[in-house]
Amino acid sequence: MAAAISGLQSDGKSMHTSVILIVLLMLMAVAYQLGKRRALHTAGGTHAIHKLHSLSSYYGLYVMLWAALPSLLALLLWGLFQEPILTKLVVSGLPPEMRSLSDAELGLVINDVRNLAAGNITSSEPGPAVQAAAAHLKSLHGMAALAKGVVILALSVMGAILAWRTIAPQMRARNKVEWIVRGLLILSASVAILTTIGIVMSVLFESLRFFQKIPVTDFLFGLEWSPQIAIRSDQVGASGAFGAIPLLAGTLLISAIALMVAVPVGFMSAIYLSEYATPRLRAFAKPVIEVLAGIPTVVYGFFAALTVAPAVRGFGESLGLDVSSESALAAGLVMGIMIIPFVSSLSDDVINAVPQAMRDASYGLGATQSETIRQVIVPAALPGIMGGVLLAASRAIGETMIVVMAAGLSANLTANPLEAVTTVTVQIVTLLVGDQEFDSAKTLAAFALGLLLFAITLGLNILALHIVRKYREQYE
Amino acid sequence: MSNEQTKSRTYDLVQASLERRYAKERRFRLMGLGAIGLGLLFVSVLFVSIISNGYTAFVQTHIRLPVSFDASIIDPQGTRDPEVLRNADYRRVVRQPLREMFPGVKGRRDKRKLYRLLSGEAAREVAAMVLDDPSLIGQTRELWLLADDSVDMIIKGHITREAAIANGGGKLVAWLEQLEREGRIGKEFNATFFTAGDSREPEQAGIGGAVAGSFYTLLVTLLLSFPIGVAAAVYLEEFSVQNRFTDLIEVNINNLAAVPSIVFGLLGLAIFINLFGLPRSAPLVGGLVLTLMTLPTIIIASRAALKSVPPSIREAALGIGASKMQTVTHHVLPLAMPGMFTGAIIGMAQALGETAPLLMIGMVAFIVDIPGGPLDPATVLPVQIYLWADSPERAFVERTSAAIMVLLAFLIAMNAIAVILRRRFERRW
Repeated sequence: MAAAISGLQSDGKSMHTSVILIVLLMLMAVAYQLGKRRALHTAGGTHAIHKLHSLSSYYGLYVMLWAALPSLLALLLWGLFQEPILTKLVVSGLPPEMRSLSDAELGLVINDVRNLAAGNITSSEPGPAVQAAAAHLKSLHGMAALAKGVVILALSVMGAILAWRTIAPQMRARNKVEWIVRGLLILSASVAILTTIGIVMSVLFESLRFFQKIPVTDFLFGLEWSPQIAIRSDQVGASGAFGAIPLLAGTLLISAIALMVAVPVGFMSAIYLSEYATPRLRAFAKPVIEVLAGIPTVVYGFFAALTVAPAVRGFGESLGLDVSSESALAAGLVMGIMIIPFVSSLSDDVINAVPQAMRDASYGLGATQSETIRQVIVPAALPGIMGGVLLAASRAIGETMIVVMAAGLSANLTANPLEAVTTVTVQIVTLLVGDQEFDSAKTLAAFALGLLLFAITLGLNILALHIVRKYREQYE
Repeated sequence: MSNEQTKSRTYDLVQASLERRYAKERRFRLMGLGAIGLGLLFVSVLFVSIISNGYTAFVQTHIRLPVSFDASIIDPQGTRDPEVLRNADYRRVVRQPLREMFPGVKGRRDKRKLYRLLSGEAAREVAAMVLDDPSLIGQTRELWLLADDSVDMIIKGHITREAAIANGGGKLVAWLEQLEREGRIGKEFNATFFTAGDSREPEQAGIGGAVAGSFYTLLVTLLLSFPIGVAAAVYLEEFSVQNRFTDLIEVNINNLAAVPSIVFGLLGLAIFINLFGLPRSAPLVGGLVLTLMTLPTIIIASRAALKSVPPSIREAALGIGASKMQTVTHHVLPLAMPGMFTGAIIGMAQALGETAPLLMIGMVAFIVDIPGGPLDPATVLPVQIYLWADSPERAFVERTSAAIMVLLAFLIAMNAIAVILRRRFERRW
């Protein structure tokens, strides 16, 4: 399936690949039937079916898998590597003075060539070399499309024939099919590992390139963040400072405000719902509060920018305070609302996991219900609650849309919640949205920030899971 | 003797402190109740603010004008050639009745203001009518034409008339009041909002393109994440033996579930777009990124579903000679399917609301055309909301809120289906 989808990008038009896929499906059906028939035939007809090692359909499946898997793999690889290889070929065909351009300029030329070949408008009037290259690319595309069809279908037919020839009554078709399916299952399970590797690789490599331009220490300990790099040397306000401290401070400030909202509200409502509430109130209030977890973050962002920020500003001004319209307080408040359900449902789980015997013992000593909760249940549930709070914190730190829409853009090293601050995620978005060159320190800085964010949230998650797991062992 | 004394003293002490302790108890309960009340208040404020801002976007102001399909403007030669009809100056056709209605308006500036009562779309609508039915030429019809967003905002009361007058819209308000007196202003159901793509003009902008983009993105996500997620869950629950490899997978799944979504966007940008050269802004890439994001959800839900199938089913199947694989595919999987579907729907709902990673892979472009496939440049519903939320026009506020209402409606529907599935097929063994 992955192969099928990824293969779609062949030449800008999915027609060709979908035709290949349909033919492939038909080939698979034919292969299945042929395999099944041959098995029955070699056994000596339907009355001699007991001579087969496996059910006849397994022989069919075996041939079908051989018809499908190698060619699907080829299709996937083809889809992934066609563009890079063709681009290399086109570049090597360019005149030498163009090949010696810098990477960034060469990228622009290649973009023009691609657009021209696809029949789109180009950024500038194309020169003869570019036009020749575009024609070259177009012919290569045509050739590649044809070659792809032939190679993939030939692979399929060849696989089917090879598998078909091996069919004999004694062949252990079921075991072989099950072995292949098992392999596919393992492959699917490893996608999780591949994703992690992909994440680490993508942020790490780009970050390393960034650290070649900007020293790690400047990035981690610098107190100033202004990623605009001067195009001319005499430009004003373009120092190109990449110190992450103001961003981290802003992130922590907003997250701290969020936790100050979410932890008391979430924690107290979890206690009330699990210890005091009637079943009817619980059945109503718990799902309604959990609705907050299902609302897309962009909705919270809009709510923060449209409703909460003006309200906070108006309230502050009525008190005679100077409040920025993109204050950290507004973003933090809304983020706090968003993470209430995380805190409340995790706290609810751990409170319910405290054994009833502990409550009964406390009541037996004459404690009131709130004394039981404060002095027995909460201490017993504390590690689990801490785990929940840490998970909520990691959520708040990685949250993007609310801060993109409601927090500021300029880095500001302050602890005043009424001022505008910016966060790590906001900077990643502003650096990467819109046109970008892939080599500038500005773009690469986004990946370094991504690495920082990944490291922080991963650390928090591991810590939280560790605490939760340790706690769980106590009562089981 | 002394024992008696302490006893009574303890008793008195307890008695004396009881009132204080009960007061404390009541305060604690009130705090809990207050927290729940606050939570419910947040939910209701959120919904009320979105709905009160957005419900007006479902109707749109139109102006009724006697449009004369003047042959001398549309088709002076009388050829009825479609090419001529297509290129005729329909703006003049729709401006004429305005000019006739307000003969007092003189001067280019004022005239231009007057024409701006109507949306640019009005001329296009008239053109489409003529191309549809050329026999209209020479006739005069009373038509409801789409009004400009500034008119719409004043009529709906989002911009008060006083504010409009204060901002130099005195003439506009006067014209509108005259039109209202003549009964020429009306509101119609805003079909454009559901069918059109994005536009710089609020009255012409719609979520059609974004919904199509979301559809293709989710299609790719579902086609990839469901089979992979189920296969991974089956392997981990039914086949794997605990060893380092499976431990590694488990740790990875748990951590991926908590990685910030924007980091997945960075992965998509660095690997799918820059390394493999897949097209930017395409639902295909969005779907791939969201697949990686929703996989942990689907795997975790599918594993729970598999776990809930009792071992006796497996033992019975194995006992009558089924292989391990046959046991799983013939018996365990069908019983676990409803739970897996529920997990998949919840994962899809998550993916539908996701914005940040899609910003990274360029799905924030301004795209007017409605995408026709997973390789066309597209945007998705939450990103459309983000884009509109950034627009300065007042009319985009109500449209943003309305788009949010549509998005929430989709999410509620998906979650409702998940709940129904769970209720209907959940088995207690």
